[in-house]
Amino acid sequence: MPDLDLSGLTASYGGKRVLGPLALKVSTGEHVALVGKSGAGKSTLVRLIHEQVGRESSLIPQELGLVNVLSVFHNVFMGQLDKHPTWYNTLTLIRPFATDKRVVRDLLHELGMTEKLWAPTASLSGGQRQRVAIARAMYRNADLLLADEPVSALDGPLAHIIMRLLTKRFATSVIALHDVDLALAYCTRIVGIQDGQIALNEATERLAVSDIMSLY
Amino acid sequence: MLTSPTVRASLIFLAIALVGLCFADIAITTSNPWGDLGNFFLGVITPNFFSSEGLMTALLRTVAFGFVGVALGSVSGFILALGYRFLPVRMFCAFIRAIHELFWALIFLQFFGFHPLTGVLAIAIPYAGIFAKVYSEILDEADPIPARLLPPGTGTISAFIYAHIPDSWVQIRTYTAYRLECGLRSSAILGFVGLPTLGFYLETSFSQGLYSDAGAMLILFYVLIATMPLWVRPKLLPIYVVGAPFFLGEGLPIVWGNVARFFTQDIIPKPIRNGDGLASLATWFNDMLINEALPGIWNSIVLTQIALVATGILALLAFPLISNHFGGPLRRTSGHILLVIVRSTPEYILAYILLQLWGPSMLPAVVALALHNGGIIGHLIGRQSNSIRLRQDASTGFNRYAWELVPRVYRSFLAFLFYRWEIIMRETAILGILGIYTLGFYVDSAIQNIQFDRAMMLILITALLNIGVDTLGRHIRQKLALQTMPTC
Repeated sequence: MPDLDLSGLTASYGGKRVLGPLALKVSTGEHVALVGKSGAGKSTLVRLIHEQVGRESSLIPQELGLVNVLSVFHNVFMGQLDKHPTWYNTLTLIRPFATDKRVVRDLLHELGMTEKLWAPTASLSGGQRQRVAIARAMYRNADLLLADEPVSALDGPLAHIIMRLLTKRFATSVIALHDVDLALAYCTRIVGIQDGQIALNEATERLAVSDIMSLY
Repeated sequence: MLTSPTVRASLIFLAIALVGLCFADIAITTSNPWGDLGNFFLGVITPNFFSSEGLMTALLRTVAFGFVGVALGSVSGFILALGYRFLPVRMFCAFIRAIHELFWALIFLQFFGFHPLTGVLAIAIPYAGIFAKVYSEILDEADPIPARLLPPGTGTISAFIYAHIPDSWVQIRTYTAYRLECGLRSSAILGFVGLPTLGFYLETSFSQGLYSDAGAMLILFYVLIATMPLWVRPKLLPIYVVGAPFFLGEGLPIVWGNVARFFTQDIIPKPIRNGDGLASLATWFNDMLINEALPGIWNSIVLTQIALVATGILALLAFPLISNHFGGPLRRTSGHILLVIVRSTPEYILAYILLQLWGPSMLPAVVALALHNGGIIGHLIGRQSNSIRLRQDASTGFNRYAWELVPRVYRSFLAFLFYRWEIIMRETAILGILGIYTLGFYVDSAIQNIQFDRAMMLILITALLNIGVDTLGRHIRQKLALQTMPTC
């Protein structure tokens, strides 16, 4: 994947500019955390980046985008619908193939929810639903991860496990996070957003919690 | 209160109906209307289920035509729904659903004759138009995010069956099942133009004064509709759909010469057929317009507006019957039964019965339309009122009705009423076949005089009138910001 060099990112709401114009560079191998107060424009920025890089990235939106009546397996499988011909996808909807079942089950095992493989996603808790969206993004297997608060509904230890998994699995990532400790622990660079502008852009090793707190 | 747009709209419609009432032909012309009505009710409570084996055959045919018609309509409707964003497809669907099942049956009868295909297509064609519209609305409402998250290069069909269908599936299934009930009603009334369904049996029994036979048929029909949740099961549906075509009966063979003649000669306006030139075509058209179309349109509109307001009043009076906020379980149960009966009786059958008893005028039509549609809307808003939670010290009795409930349900009540405006219009035109001077009367007379060119032109005008009312109704609902689910 080539490095990302995004510029002229702007967003308006009701005629009023809420974000930008700002520019952001992300090199391959970097894990960038977007931090800032709620309403600062983190989600908007993730959406804008996704619009610019197109669908060649794995996206975990805040609203997850699950098909509620389909099972966990099928929601995860949707990450690779482009890899198979239509007849294969149609048959999978009715009766999944053993190989796919194994791969998806292993993936869910890493996320700690194997037992829910055939449950409809509508019946899951918030944290479980979030992990289904994460599994779908991982199954998708793109080089770049774009995620908006991917672990917001997960408890402490699990949030750490999943963040480690995501940053290991994807070569490059841009992740909006409200949890500063997670950002410092797993990302290589922190980008702070304040009033729609980049107020902080620094490698993690040169930052402490107190530096980030000035954003809040 | 007069400044509220919903109240103002209601008052305008009330005023129009009152003016219409001055021009309407409202009368009871039979010599002994109440005695006949009494005899009829006596027939209903002393049903005769064993008069002839024709009854069970008619019931079987009704179900078979309903299933085949709705199945064909839903498959075609689904395919049309996929192209619904294209204007020509939308216009085509609007046109085929603007023509009532009975008109379609009358058309097909002229060239297919009493062949099963006539009944099947008469249901399938207008239903396809309705299914296309509702399916496309349901599909549009599906959550768009899953589709946006699909990897690039995902095939169109794969994207559709994963990201669109599952999310809409429950609604599609519910709506199709609901339409099946409507399809059984449509199938029953096809008997009135001679197809071998319940309407035919009812008309025969009635004309011979066999009220107990007619009563038995009506009771069986209610039982059939009321028990649908028991016998229409997802697992049994494929069996029904595959089996139904074998129970449509033989009918008469299609004479293909008739089909060809119908399209190449019969429906071509006479002056063109005879090569008489444009001037005589204009005369032909003017004659039809002044003597048939305009009186038909006028009577259809007058009847529709009166029936619409009567429907509204009846619905507002009827909904407390099933509302949890009044009375005890006994009254609610009887209320439910009453509303089930009036809404599952097709308005055409109600109008037919009342017309036999009271003689031809607009009165039986208004009462039939108001009973049927008022029953449907009353049921829907009654159910909706049950989800309203009143404060514990809310007033009771009439004050509760007038201050707590009616204001809260009024908007959705109006939404349903304006939605049904076009349906009432379509029915009004059709009731002309029974002898009320609406558009259907002139269509039927033209067909009986073997003037198919006139009949087709009048059906076309009816369709345009329905499309106009549909557009107007949608415009008013948008203007008043009213939303509703489709009903039939």
